[in-house]
Amino acid sequence: MDDRIVRVARLIADEPARTGDRGGVAGVLRRLCSAAERAMSAHGVGVSVMADDGMRGVAAVSEPSYEPLEELQFTLGEGPCLDAFATRRPVLVPDLSDGATRRWPGYAPALHGLGVRAVFAFPLQIGAARLGALDVFRDEPGSLTAGEFRDALTFADVAVTTLLDGQAQAPPGTAADGLDEVIEQRAELFQAQGMVAVQLGISLTDAMARLRAYAYAEDKALGEVARDVVARRLSFDSGHS
Amino acid sequence: MTTVSAERLATLFVQVADTLVDEFDVVEFLQMLTQRVADLFDTGEVGLMLADHRGRLTFMAASDESARLLELFQLQHGDGPCLDAFRTARPVTNVNLAAATGKWPRFAPRAARAGFESVHAFPLRLRKEVIGAMGVFGSAAELDEADTLIVQSLADVAVIGLLQERAIRRGEILTGQLQGALNSRIVIEQAKGVVAQARGVSPDDAFTLIRDFARRNNRRLSEVAEAIVTALPALPDLGSP
Repeated sequence: MDDRIVRVARLIADEPARTGDRGGVAGVLRRLCSAAERAMSAHGVGVSVMADDGMRGVAAVSEPSYEPLEELQFTLGEGPCLDAFATRRPVLVPDLSDGATRRWPGYAPALHGLGVRAVFAFPLQIGAARLGALDVFRDEPGSLTAGEFRDALTFADVAVTTLLDGQAQAPPGTAADGLDEVIEQRAELFQAQGMVAVQLGISLTDAMARLRAYAYAEDKALGEVARDVVARRLSFDSGHS
Repeated sequence: MTTVSAERLATLFVQVADTLVDEFDVVEFLQMLTQRVADLFDTGEVGLMLADHRGRLTFMAASDESARLLELFQLQHGDGPCLDAFRTARPVTNVNLAAATGKWPRFAPRAARAGFESVHAFPLRLRKEVIGAMGVFGSAAELDEADTLIVQSLADVAVIGLLQERAIRRGEILTGQLQGALNSRIVIEQAKGVVAQARGVSPDDAFTLIRDFARRNNRRLSEVAEAIVTALPALPDLGSP
């Protein structure tokens, strides 16, 4: 059932490292951007991280030439990745000549000047926990196919877990990611996330990172840890560490 | 349910089709739908699941939002009536749970233990695409052909309303809207966790607190859930139950 995430994870793993790749999360995200670029016949893919408190920046791009383009959104305060983050929904502009200048008066002409004709942005989020957005740039107008669209969302999922695990200093992509254990107890996982946020007085994003790091350190399934938290067999505010 | 009056049915269909309101909330709409369908049956509970971009069915709403019912829906990632309706795009009706262990080895025994005797499930369809399923758990095999048609038609109308026909020319937008709906459900689970921890209550009771607060103050459920999780580390004051 989860063929798609298995395939996407493999595409990222198979993406060759380049000289100049940074280590850790940044390196994984660069390979993710390149794999996504190839999978979606894109011209460039970028991941930007943002926080509700206004902290933001470019985390990775598939090609160095796209870094200024990602960055420009923050300078201008407009663009698909900011919109995807703000609305918490994918932003899909299959043809930039179709009204995009009204939407992004500064950014749309800049995209056009660099040969970009279509742009798609996907929020990196788990419920109200928001981490940033993934941008897909194409040099020809046209919609994503249904399969490409689902691929993009799956790449976004992997970017989310990579960022979370990086935050908790677990080896990226190795924590109990759960190709299956998350499926069964999803509601409990999100409930546990809310509970841990209150237990530790931290954000929802940090709470998910802590849950994942704990599951990894204890070699337990994430769903099992979540169930223990919800059943109050496990609490993060006293004596678990 | 064979004795539903024409007047009642007409009212029901209008309610379910009435989604073009300003303050439309997907989760509340789906809850309304499950409650209305449950009202059609003498006994029983109704729940609804939508598929995410990886094709996994995710719990969205139920006539009675309790951990007991939520679990019965969630465990249908491997087998169960909703999964069958989702995969075959056809209704599953009048299945006697006591005789269904061969068919649904995981789901049937647990649903029977939860006190249900029979189940039905209806695909949520939009043209050729199946976007989810609605399950009805009850106490008797009570649906005839006319009943099945009524419930299925109700589900079809609800899907059209939910996705707002005018906005769904392309499959990608459909998936984009679903994406927003699935994410707003996660926010509710996160808020349940926050309130459960802050007030020392169960997630079920936390949900009741959130829902009652929303009703008392004439606010939407998703909006209240969102306010709770974005106020962190401040904790919600939901007043007395």
